[in-house]
Order: sequence, then C-alpha cells, then structure tokens
Amino acid sequence: MALYSEKVMDHFRNPRNVGAMENADGVGQVGNAKCGDIMKIYLKIEEDVITDVKFETFGCGSAIASSSMATELIKGKPIGEAMELTNRAVAEALDGLPPHKMHCSVLAEEAIKAAIKDYYDRRGIGYDTAQFHDCASCGHCCGKH
Amino acid sequence: MKIYADHAATTKISEAAAAAMLYHMNETYGNPSSLHTEGQRAAEVLADARGRIARLLGAEPREIIFTSGGSEADNQAILSAARLGERQGRKHIVSTAFEHHAVLHTLQALEKQGFEVTLLDVHENGLITPEEVAAAIRPDTCLVTVMFANNEIGTVQPIAEIGEVCRARGVLFHTDAVQAAGHLPIDVIAQNVDLLSLSAHKFHGPRGVGVLYAKKNIPLTSLIEGGAQERGRRAGTENLPAIVGMAVALEEACTDLAGKRERLTALRDRLIRGLSAIPHSVLNGDPVRRLPGNVHFCFEGIEGESLLLLLDDRGIAASSGSACTSGSLDPSHVLLAIGRPHEIAHGSLRLTLSDDNTEEEVDYLIAAVTDVVAYLRSISPVWRELVSGKQKFILN
Repeated sequence: MALYSEKVMDHFRNPRNVGAMENADGVGQVGNAKCGDIMKIYLKIEEDVITDVKFETFGCGSAIASSSMATELIKGKPIGEAMELTNRAVAEALDGLPPHKMHCSVLAEEAIKAAIKDYYDRRGIGYDTAQFHDCASCGHCCGKH
Repeated sequence: MKIYADHAATTKISEAAAAAMLYHMNETYGNPSSLHTEGQRAAEVLADARGRIARLLGAEPREIIFTSGGSEADNQAILSAARLGERQGRKHIVSTAFEHHAVLHTLQALEKQGFEVTLLDVHENGLITPEEVAAAIRPDTCLVTVMFANNEIGTVQPIAEIGEVCRARGVLFHTDAVQAAGHLPIDVIAQNVDLLSLSAHKFHGPRGVGVLYAKKNIPLTSLIEGGAQERGRRAGTENLPAIVGMAVALEEACTDLAGKRERLTALRDRLIRGLSAIPHSVLNGDPVRRLPGNVHFCFEGIEGESLLLLLDDRGIAASSGSACTSGSLDPSHVLLAIGRPHEIAHGSLRLTLSDDNTEEEVDYLIAAVTDVVAYLRSISPVWRELVSGKQKFILN
C-alpha cells in the first residue's frame, strides 16, 4: 500500500523488540484505547544505559512501526540520549509518516519518556518535571473522550 | 491466494458491461440531444437503457433519472423532498442514525436551513421497525429517508412496511438502495417507495453513474443547471457508455437473483460461523436480516487498520470502520449507532463477498483472520490487560 513508506511497512511487518519484559526497570504506557492506540515501553537500564527495550502496541500500522523504530533508536543508548529522542526523529527514521499519522510518532516519544520517568520514580532519582510533559504536543485525542 | 472481499466498496466490472461500454463508446458517439441521425441513434440507445433499468425496478422509464452515482441521487432526492415540504410549510425529516454520509450530511445541511431532523435509533441489531417510523412522523414531516441495506453492517430494513406507513401518512419515502440494488429484489410499487437511489459500481457496473428513481409527479430540484437533459431534472450530456454498462450489469445481477442470493448466503454464513469461533468477537448487525454477502465483526483488543494491512499482505482486500482507516478521530458512526464502544469499534472488520467468491476462499479468509487477530493480540498491551484480568472484557 502506498499509504506508508517501505520502512514503515518493514517495521510494521517485522517489528523489532516486540513483546513484554519480565523485571523491567521502567515501564511507560501512553494513549487511550478509545482513541485507537496504546503504546507500552519496557526498559532494562544498567548504569544509566538502556541495555534492553521491548514494546507492546495496540494501534494502526504506523503506531506499531513507530514503536518498533523508537525502540531501535534508544537501544544501547544512555538515558540522556533517549530523553532527547523527538517524535520528528522517529518519523524521519521511518522515511516519513502521513500527516494524520504523526501522532503515532508522538506517542512513541512519550511512551519512552514515561518509561524513563517510571525508572526515575522507582529508583527515587530526582528530575525536572518539565522534561515530562503529559501528552501535550500531539493534540490527537487528548481531552476528546 | 488473492481474495477480493470488499464488494461493498466497489465491484469488478462485468465482462458484458465492459464490452457494451466499449462498443457504445466507439459506435454510439452522437449526442442524444442532437437532431441528426447519429444523435438520434444515441437517443434510442439511451431510451432503451432507461427502459431496461425501469423494468428491473418496477418503474416507468420517465421515473428514471441518470445521475453521477448514489451520492448525487441521495442529495437530489432529499433536497427535492425538502424544497417541496418547505413550500407546504413542512420542515421535518425522519431518518436513521446510521445512514450513509451522502444522506446524513445532506440532512445536516438542511438543519442549518431550519429543517428539523429526527434520527431513529437503530438498536444493537441495526434494524428499525415500521412502528418506530410511524411514531416519529409528525404533521409537518415532509420526508422519511431510510437506507434499504446498510453499507457497513449489511442490515436490511423492512422497506415495504416502512413505505406503507409513509404512504398512509402522506409522507414521501426515500430509500438509499445503493447496497441493495442488484442484490435484493426491488419493486418500487410493491415496496411503496417514492424515491430511490442506486449506484452502478456496487453491482459490477461502471463507477460514476447511478440512478435516482422518482415517482411520477414528484417535482425534482435540479442540482445541476444548464440543459434539458433528463427532462430538465439533471443537466449535462448523458454518459451514454456508462448508462448502457449500468443497464447490462443490473440485468445480469437480477438474473437468477434468488439463486445467487442462496449461494451467497451459504458462503456468508460459513464465514460468519468460522469467525465466530474467534474468542471475544462479535458479529455486527442482525444475523438473518442482512445482505447476502456481508460479514462484519469486531475483535476485542486489536485495531482495524493493522488488521487490514496484514490481511492485505496475505492477498486479502477487506475494510474496517476503525478511526485510523477513516482519517478521522472517531470510529465508524454506524458502529457507534449500534452501541459499540469506541475501543471495540476500532477493532472492526468488514468482509463483503460476491458470487465470484468460493468456499475455498472463505476457508482461507477464516484461517487468515483467525491467525492475524491472534498475532495482533499477542503484541497488544490492551489484550495483555484483558487476559490478566486487569481490565474486564467487553465482548464475551
């Protein structure tokens, strides 16, 4: 289908890092089933480095592909780098998303941030709350339902 | 295997219709409005097609108006009845919550012009009753418009009985028969229909052409001005090849209609039985009072667009009412109208069969859908919460 780039279709058909994770150090879930997409990211973190990452997604093709690409982009990276991952970078790595599917990349960014925040909370590590905006930049479905 | 199971979206053109179109494109090139022999020959072909279509609907030739398709026919039928009602001081219209947008959006436009619209609840089974229509009709009601068969969940309304109620109350009755024409028997007299819309490409005819049937003496409002074609009710040079193609396709579709329905219903029910075995799924729409080729399910814990893409990878062309496939935030208004919650409506799948589909294909469809639903559930955090008991299943 021409709706998506080949890269999107590849990550959709063969998602990387898909599945649950036992004993994750941080778990983040964003989205809403009413809106049609939920992403869950599991992180394994050792000495500030994301040594493993898994995802589960309920959603459309681009939601699954965005989760898959986002996990690839942060695997093996220090937390600081993962925190800097933007939705735009996820979309660009997928060779672009249709305009009405950009919110899928936003969800991916936010799921990762939510998982990192959960890690900080579990470990009692202090952070600047401004780093973790709550589903603000997407405008997809927030407040609608 | 390649399986086309999206016949409610459009159908493959019949060979006979395509051949007739090509022939008339080459041979009958005159303008039916021209006085010369070439023009008059085209006028004869046009009249012949009109007569054949009229016969198949139980109508008279002059009651057949050729349009660009079902949407135009819906628009013209409703606007004509509204203009007529307006002149009589009647500005109330009765319809249902799950009409096609060609009807709903026209009604919304009329509401902005001061009309009142009552949309009947279609209940979980997707059916309304003649009694509900009767109760909704008021002294100022000028039109009842109820679709013959629903384009998503395939439910077939009691059209003749609704028409009877309307006739008894002196209210015009329009039905959007786009999904029904060529699939279910239509007789505008026996079914008490005043206005009816149909579209050729839903029964193996060409796209871009349809019919508005309007009972004689109902004055129509022209949507397109500029000529006396269609007795002044629709201007523009007639699309003769398409009109002939439509006539041929409708004749073909209506030949042995009962036999085709029986075969198709058996295929449909085989598919419904197979998909019903998928846990936490539900058939949408009445199991019996539905189009012979329509199968429509919701599967809990998954989203429809990813289901369609993975089925496409397996050679299956299907459709879904999920928001992601519609380009809007909300899932199908039809599924919401029958009371499916958003999270269930997102996981919907429509498979619409034709007489060309086989039992072998149906079995392949069952296996593929079962497999893909199981896979998508295995990567869905929603499904994990459902099976772990953190969330309650909505579908049993």
